[in-house]
Amino acid sequence: MTASLIIQVAIGGLLMGLIYALVAAGLSLIFGLMNIVNFAHGELLMVAMYAALLLHDHLHVGLLLQLPIVAALLFGVGVAIYRGLISRALGVRFNSGMVQIFITFGLSIFLVGLAQFMFGSDFRTLNDGAISTATVAWGQIVLPVSQIAAGGVCLLAFAALALISRTEFGRALEATREDRDAVALIGIDRDHIFSLGWGIGAATVGIAGVMLASFYYIAPSVGTSFAVIAYITVALGGFGSLLGALVAGLVVGLVEALTALFIDPSLKEIGIFALYVLVLMVRPRGLFGRQ
Amino acid sequence: MAEPLLDIRGVSKSFGGVAANVDISFTVTAGEILGLIGPNGAGKSSLFNSIAGEVKPDQGSIRLDGTVISGLGPVACAARGIGRTFQVVRSFDSMTLLENVMVGSFLRHRNTGTAMAKALDVIGFCGLAARADVPAHDLTPPEKRRLEVARALATEPRLLLLDEILTGLTPTEAQAGVDLIRAVRARGVTIIMVEHVMEVLLPLIDRAVVLNLGRKLCEGTPQSVVRNPDVIRAYLGDRFVA
Amino acid sequence: MTGAAAHTIETRRRTQLLVGAGLLVGLIILPVLIPSPYWRGLMVLVLLYAGLSQGWNVLGGYCGQISLGHALYFGLGAYTSTLLFTRLGIPPTIGLFAGGALGGAAALLVGWPCFRLSGHYYAIATLVFGLIGLLLVENWDWVGAAEGITIPFRQQSWIDLQFRIAVLPFDYAMLAYAALAWLVAWLVEGSRWGFYWRAVKDDSIASRSLGVRVFPSKMAAAAISGAITGVGGALYAQYIGFIDPPSTFGLSLSVLIALPAVVGGVGTLWGPLLGAAVLIPVQQISIAKLGGAAGGVDLMIYGGLILVLALVRPQGLISLFGIRGAAGDAVVENG
Ligand SMILES: Nc1ncnc2c1ncn2[C@@H]1O[C@H](COP(=O)(O)OP(=O)(O)O)[C@@H](O)[C@H]1O
Ligand SMILES: [Mg+2]
Repeated sequence: MTASLIIQVAIGGLLMGLIYALVAAGLSLIFGLMNIVNFAHGELLMVAMYAALLLHDHLHVGLLLQLPIVAALLFGVGVAIYRGLISRALGVRFNSGMVQIFITFGLSIFLVGLAQFMFGSDFRTLNDGAISTATVAWGQIVLPVSQIAAGGVCLLAFAALALISRTEFGRALEATREDRDAVALIGIDRDHIFSLGWGIGAATVGIAGVMLASFYYIAPSVGTSFAVIAYITVALGGFGSLLGALVAGLVVGLVEALTALFIDPSLKEIGIFALYVLVLMVRPRGLFGRQ
Repeated sequence: MAEPLLDIRGVSKSFGGVAANVDISFTVTAGEILGLIGPNGAGKSSLFNSIAGEVKPDQGSIRLDGTVISGLGPVACAARGIGRTFQVVRSFDSMTLLENVMVGSFLRHRNTGTAMAKALDVIGFCGLAARADVPAHDLTPPEKRRLEVARALATEPRLLLLDEILTGLTPTEAQAGVDLIRAVRARGVTIIMVEHVMEVLLPLIDRAVVLNLGRKLCEGTPQSVVRNPDVIRAYLGDRFVA
Repeated sequence: MTGAAAHTIETRRRTQLLVGAGLLVGLIILPVLIPSPYWRGLMVLVLLYAGLSQGWNVLGGYCGQISLGHALYFGLGAYTSTLLFTRLGIPPTIGLFAGGALGGAAALLVGWPCFRLSGHYYAIATLVFGLIGLLLVENWDWVGAAEGITIPFRQQSWIDLQFRIAVLPFDYAMLAYAALAWLVAWLVEGSRWGFYWRAVKDDSIASRSLGVRVFPSKMAAAAISGAITGVGGALYAQYIGFIDPPSTFGLSLSVLIALPAVVGGVGTLWGPLLGAAVLIPVQQISIAKLGGAAGGVDLMIYGGLILVLALVRPQGLISLFGIRGAAGDAVVENG
């Protein structure tokens, strides 16, 4: 095992970690805002990937144009989920926490079924010519362009999220999560903020999905493993923390890649799980979570 | 003189930068009703939390019957005979009133039948017999306060901490509450109560301890503390002091 | 007046026993009346999930700790009894106790770090522990790894829970299981533990002030819950005759174990049974009729049903009968 192989694997892991981080950021945003875990989060990713595939295969839309279209689409899906389901769940008088969990679980099963019905269970790939196959070499280190591009776009998306948190809307968001009831008194429409939060959270996943689709297989079940990684990432970073999601995503990507390299590819998740259990014992609210 | 039931010595507790209690000492004699008064934020509820074991004081000690109880935690304090209510009501909303009170009576009666008999006894004593099977969720606010008293009494406490249980009640309801508190004391339970409504409180209590900004301002008979210039200043500001 | 109140809880519990006994008699007769192996097989599954969910309900319903990792205890039960049988020849009727014990022990082990967490943090931690189990078994060659284990047929025997025509005997085996799970739930519901669990679920701070030891209470609920689930896993393995990691440790199984209680009514005695009676047939029939080639529609119906029921009947279907469940809410307790 050469040093350059290790470096290559580590960089590959970090690049994947950026995607994990972005998926986790959407989850974390929604959780931080309203204390709801979206158990259909992985399926939103899957929807975004199929959307990218359809745009590419049927309308010949390139990657750069897929990004805004899919992000907008997912924004709409997020708002629709909030308006149609979540806002109703919030109004439920009994068991509202449990209702939230199982509504999003029901939704995730439904979406997997819908994807199976529409596209079958086969694995698909989006072959975007040059982007999907090109590599860059630096000495013995070889990395696919698609992954580098994905990492870069995810970083940009993070920068955008950070910018949003500085705007008027970002402050309203922060105020809403600090005190869900008091904001109504100062003239912030809570419902409006929540639905925008869901929109942005889903759009974030949309961007991750487009980038992932450029080099990863696409199938109805693809969301599950990413969702699990997102839960772990968010739990590691601390629910509601953007910086936490970024750092934890990178750590998870790195740990996963190195476990695969040094132990066994089929055990790559065990490194993440072990890390999770460790953090759980020491810092139950995650690295950047409010204790 | 007999040993006090509760002996608080030099108790301090801060949360982050906020000093909720600073060097507080006083004693409570068995059988008395002690009023704990002071403006909002004076540290009364925090002191209750320390006495009931919900928080551990940073400094000082709390003794019940000569044994140190501070730091033992709420479960041990309940087992040793401290019962409490909460300023913001904490009823078990998915359970009926009777079931709420049974959670308390299970502390000393493991058998369901005996625990139920004990709970029904306490519920009757608190004047809630007709409401025993109503879900706590559907009780009125004054009933919920009584539920908390009944639940605490069901643990058969020696010392009962009542945190603003009369606040927000109509005069009639408050009077009923006063009668209940007297009846509890008649059963031999020692009481510390926090209350803001002075007309109701002063005739009821044997002694008062006044807190302000986390410190003990003074203690004495109800008449003496309300005439104390420091107390008047704490409540009303300097301009009212003659 | 006080006598009347005592009466209410006691009559309710007596009525529950009577209804339970009546239902048991009905269910003993039912398989004889339905000659079709398909419907008998459906009954096996309904009763299995009724029992499993009854077990989940002890922890998730009464005690309010929403576990998304119960497949771990199920899988441990399934693998324990299967390995004892295939490797050591120990009959599954004994093996299921070992499976239950291991399920209970695993629930304690998971509970130990997780019960410090609240709400969603707890739910996600249990989900991860379930997946850790899945991953380990998938990679453990000695237990068949991803291929799983096929249980060889040895002889027609109740001791071994093996039958040439398996469906009818398993109707009764699962009925015994569901009935016992129900009885355990009935017993604990009326006991000090049952009261403590519901109190902990509603308000742990108030519980503590009444002398309730919160952590041990949760651990007791976990042990009972895990054990019931483990026994169910062992029975399932004997019924199907084959186990592999996804079917015994998968996340969707964890959800399926929780769902009957959620759909029927969390924290109620009848919720899991009612939920299983509604959910399992819908799920199985839609798989049979709409799965396979035209795949997907079955999942859409199943997912859509969960979604709609959770929204319109948050207290569970049991509320249609005027029975209140545990309406408390441990999940959003500290945001
Ligand atoms: N758990 C806590 N965390 C942080 N601050 C607290 C906590 N409990 C009490 N405090 C602070 O301690 C002070 C005293 O509060 P409290 O004991 O509730 O006053 P009182 O009951 O006399 O109105 C207040 O400033 C309050 O904000
Ligand atoms: Mg107070």
